[in-house]
Amino acid sequence: MTLLDKLLQLLVAVAVFAAVMGVVLLVANRARGRRTDLVSGIAFTAPALLLLLIGLLYPATRTVVQSFLDARSAGFVGLDNYIRIFTQPDLVVVLRNTLLWVVITPILSTAIGLVYAVLVDRTRFEAFAKALIFLPMAISFVGAAIIWKFVYEYRPNQQNIQQIGLLNQFIVWLGFEPMNFILATPWNNLLLIVVMIWIQAGFAMTVLSAAIKAIPSDIIEAARLDGVGGLRLFFYITLPSIRPAVVVVVTAISIAVLKVFDIVRTMTGGQFGTSVVANEFYVQSFRLSDLGMGSALAMILFILVVPIVVYNVRQMRKVDA
Amino acid sequence: MTVLSTEDTAAAGSDIVAAATSPSAAAKKGLTSPWASIAALVIAVLWTLPTFGLFLSSFRPERDVQRTGWWTFFTNPNITFDNYAEVLFGGNQPLIDFFANSILITIPAVAIPIILATMAAYGFAWTKFPMRDTLFVAIFALQIVPLQVALLPLLEIFVGTGLNGTFWTVWIAHSTFALPLAIFLLHNSMREIPAELVEAARVDGAGHVRIFTTIMVPLMKPAIAAFAVFQFLWVWNDLLVALVFAGGTLDVAPLTVRLANLAGERGSNWYLLAPGAFVAIVVPLVVFLALQRYFVRGLLAGSVKG
Repeated sequence: MTLLDKLLQLLVAVAVFAAVMGVVLLVANRARGRRTDLVSGIAFTAPALLLLLIGLLYPATRTVVQSFLDARSAGFVGLDNYIRIFTQPDLVVVLRNTLLWVVITPILSTAIGLVYAVLVDRTRFEAFAKALIFLPMAISFVGAAIIWKFVYEYRPNQQNIQQIGLLNQFIVWLGFEPMNFILATPWNNLLLIVVMIWIQAGFAMTVLSAAIKAIPSDIIEAARLDGVGGLRLFFYITLPSIRPAVVVVVTAISIAVLKVFDIVRTMTGGQFGTSVVANEFYVQSFRLSDLGMGSALAMILFILVVPIVVYNVRQMRKVDA
Repeated sequence: MTVLSTEDTAAAGSDIVAAATSPSAAAKKGLTSPWASIAALVIAVLWTLPTFGLFLSSFRPERDVQRTGWWTFFTNPNITFDNYAEVLFGGNQPLIDFFANSILITIPAVAIPIILATMAAYGFAWTKFPMRDTLFVAIFALQIVPLQVALLPLLEIFVGTGLNGTFWTVWIAHSTFALPLAIFLLHNSMREIPAELVEAARVDGAGHVRIFTTIMVPLMKPAIAAFAVFQFLWVWNDLLVALVFAGGTLDVAPLTVRLANLAGERGSNWYLLAPGAFVAIVVPLVVFLALQRYFVRGLLAGSVKG
């Protein structure tokens, strides 16, 4: 395809979309009298609802069914796919890794984001300092993975060719032998998790910083009059005041972490014991063409997200009440 | 020095009272300032150095990149643009083609869901029809469906319609997946528009389409911009949807797919990978820096959802 063909496709798409929207608005505009609200309401919401039905709801239902079918969606196998996920050794490793990711990433990203937000708050360089931590959010997971792969890069100790990865160079400077970090199971999982923490800390910092600035100053003054200061003020006043924001941040990062796939795929392809559920979903579905297993892994992702969301909604209710 | 300067500002600033009563300023005192400044500095360096290293490497000659660390640049500075030229235009899979694909994917994949979601948000916020609230809650709930759950059957549908391997699949998929969050966020901010405004327009004889186009859309611009930045970053940086629907072909695949493949190839060619990564990073970075305030606003609005 030449660029011209591609541009033509784009123009056709724009024209088709504009035509459909034009018709929809025309229909909404024609409605008069008692049925105005009904007709316009349906016209305004129908395109989105239709797309969601075909593109999200129907496929999701189909995935539920497929997760009980065999590799080619031909025969019913009951819970076999799910049982395999929890018993087959290499898949159990995948579950363990996912657990590592979900426990470590939200805690460390939030902690680092919070500490940094407090440290740079109201300093001369606040805006610049925040931007430094915040920028990785604009970088794709693929880009971030490449950046960190370079940090972890390993060269065997030999003449002429020195270490080009920063981490190994530090180890050499300290007088140790360089090592191939990516192959060091299970520690390599932590090296991959670092990339996600690096990306998410900026998000945590931004939200928590806004929450800290929103604490009413009379609360702080009252505490100070009572003689509370320093670290105690942070733990007894600041932290409890921003608790809802912390819950939101931890939840959002947890959900993002569950679905992360790009980092693992780019850095190791899921080899060397580093696969996670989201990556295994891709491997099983598209490399091994096991639709049943792929669907079951997608369902596991969904099942893992639900309790996190339920907990979050409950916390929000508590705050509202 | 950092220690002094930060403390000086806090003390000498015009908002002395505010700074003194700010919880974090107080906590900072408790954390004893020199250590606090050092900790902040360490975090800032850790967060910046990896990117800087790759960036510097992208301008070093091939031989240097493969044999020595980027920090040796300071004792042996060599600069070249050959890496960028080769990765962008050289070989049989020049990155410039994937760059064009990324742009062609992103424009409709941002515009379509925004238009659909703004309209739907208006429908849910300002018109009455049966099942309206039930449908809205259903859309809200759809936010928690990981897109992995929809990918396989959606691919079957696309293969069945013959759309597979074209831009259409990526546009449709991205538009669909963006809708739940977009409708939710835009609905929330649309509800905040005073009802009197809508009532007044109605009295003047304006229909829903007029109210939507002349009152709502202009007032919704900040919220729409916030979501547009979000959606742009999401689509531009996406790998999963692109891999599944666009495949690895030069015809449709975006930058991220090509980069992930480059990174996976044996004996990573860092002198190509480094400039390649920066070509992919630079566009979202520019958009992000230019529209930062919208992005942060969207982030703070979005963070309240589940």
